Amino acid sequence: MPYPTFSDAQRALKNDETSCEALVSSFLDRIEQRNDELNAFIELDEDGARNHARYLDSQRARGHERPLAGLIVGVKDVLCMRGRKVTCGSKMLSCFESLIDATALKRLRDAGAIFIGKTNCDEFAMGSSNETSHAGPVRNPVDPTRVPGGSSGGSAAAVADGMAHAALGTDTGGSIRQPAAFCGVVGLKPTYGRVSRYGLVAYASSFDTIGPMAHSVEDVARLLEAMAGPDPNDATSADVPVPSYTDALTNSVEGLRIGLPKEYFAEGLDEEIQEMVYAKVRRLKAAGATVQEVSLPHTDYGIAAYYILTTAEASSNLARYDGVRYGHRADVKETRDTLQAEHQQLKKSRDTAQANGNAERAKALQEALDAQESLLNRLYADTRTEGFGTEVKRRIMLGTYVLSSGYYDAYYEKAQRVRTLIRNDFDQAFEAVDVLITPATPTPAFELGSKVDDPLAMYLNDVYTVTANLAGVPGLVVPAGTHSSGLPVGMQLLGRHFDEATLLQVGDVAMNLS
Amino acid sequence: MAISKEEVQHIARLARLRFSDEEQDQMAEEMSQVLDYMDTLREVDTAGVPPMAHVLTQENVFRDDEVEQRIKRKDALSNAPETDGTYVLVPRVID
Repeated sequence: MPYPTFSDAQRALKNDETSCEALVSSFLDRIEQRNDELNAFIELDEDGARNHARYLDSQRARGHERPLAGLIVGVKDVLCMRGRKVTCGSKMLSCFESLIDATALKRLRDAGAIFIGKTNCDEFAMGSSNETSHAGPVRNPVDPTRVPGGSSGGSAAAVADGMAHAALGTDTGGSIRQPAAFCGVVGLKPTYGRVSRYGLVAYASSFDTIGPMAHSVEDVARLLEAMAGPDPNDATSADVPVPSYTDALTNSVEGLRIGLPKEYFAEGLDEEIQEMVYAKVRRLKAAGATVQEVSLPHTDYGIAAYYILTTAEASSNLARYDGVRYGHRADVKETRDTLQAEHQQLKKSRDTAQANGNAERAKALQEALDAQESLLNRLYADTRTEGFGTEVKRRIMLGTYVLSSGYYDAYYEKAQRVRTLIRNDFDQAFEAVDVLITPATPTPAFELGSKVDDPLAMYLNDVYTVTANLAGVPGLVVPAGTHSSGLPVGMQLLGRHFDEATLLQVGDVAMNLS
Repeated sequence: MAISKEEVQHIARLARLRFSDEEQDQMAEEMSQVLDYMDTLREVDTAGVPPMAHVLTQENVFRDDEVEQRIKRKDALSNAPETDGTYVLVPRVID
């Protein structure tokens, strides 16, 4: 790859050593060589990318510069791009074509970013390994026997392998940060409400965020700068001023107060990862930061609260997939025939029971006949059963259960109260420190297939990332080094609401200190 | 919290999902395992703690109610599995 990072590409563009169109071609070549093995892209937009590149080149020739001109971006396939498919890695939406542009995409395109294709992800962003995608698993470019993480696994793999300068991911419980750590790239989950969710297919609406992944903190800062800010199409986008995130990269951490939450350095954390994070913190201290231990006492309850609340929201959000207005629909004739055959069978059994004088059984069968669902209801169920994969069904079931009558207080409302406590933990910690530093994941990337049949083990892997989404605070993952297994290790920085600037400042210094 | 097969059937009906006999057993086992883990929340004293529905404190976000023609009918129907050009079609629900 001639210009793997955006800063290189931009320099080359300035010196007329390359063009946006040439950049698109070289990235498409790379994707062609590598995507069969890694499966990072679900679909490419070759024509759209080339056309936009030519347009940008013609504008540049006339002196119209755009801040992100020539930035080649992969887009997670849960974000809507007008006229393109948005499958969410699901059979349910495998033929769905979007009618709108997500606000984040529109803003990036206006700033000169070029979208090269849609990246693979866990189905409806539900997963931590990118193994639940209908389009098949993504492989980790560093070691193809390992997962890239999830759910934004395709985005992380695409960036790590040089198939794009940057990619957009979404993060509901770690889906940007964990794959960034597993693939060795930088990933930012912004504050909830920092980036408009308009055009993002909903998973858990009070948790979902859109954020950038790239090779450098600077590139991530530039993407955020272009995407952030209020949007009339998303009432939960916050009306908070957007600072210049690139100006925040001062190369200094002098006087900054770093907190190490002791609950994040506890049992279950790989020792080498712990040591690598501590080593980075020692260097930050040597560069002028102060370091103290802090406590976030409700951390251990994060996973339980997270999976109660997000499955509940998911069960509600995914109720819209009924095969009526869009998406997959089961075969009506087949459904009708099956239903009729069941009806005939019940009738026959009832008549036999009556003829044999078994009144009780005949009554039960009559009740079953009366309770038989309508064709439309059966069509909904068949549609959803065919269209959703195992993990999505599991979460819909869990969410429906915790919201169902008799369990709402014990699970859903209880988890909402715990969510308040977790947010309070962060508010308290940020009275004493400016930024928290933690490991991003308890282990490096695990092997494909190793957790896919054990949902709880998969969920527990998100232990360090879900808390940020529960509290709504921003989280940045930067590479912290290489594990003895050869796999990348990530370090997480957590900050105050809407204080991405400090995270980027510290993350940038941490990455450059080695 | 052990989930019975009957509960799985009940929840599946509510969620409009269907599972084979074997899948119901597996779902009961997996849901029980996860819900057992979720039961750890019982240890937390939440007396007097308000439930949190949303991270942001802003409320009542208003915008002008301006009519915009964003999506034409033809486009809105373009993703529908079956239409007559004007409406989305579903199987007859009234005999």
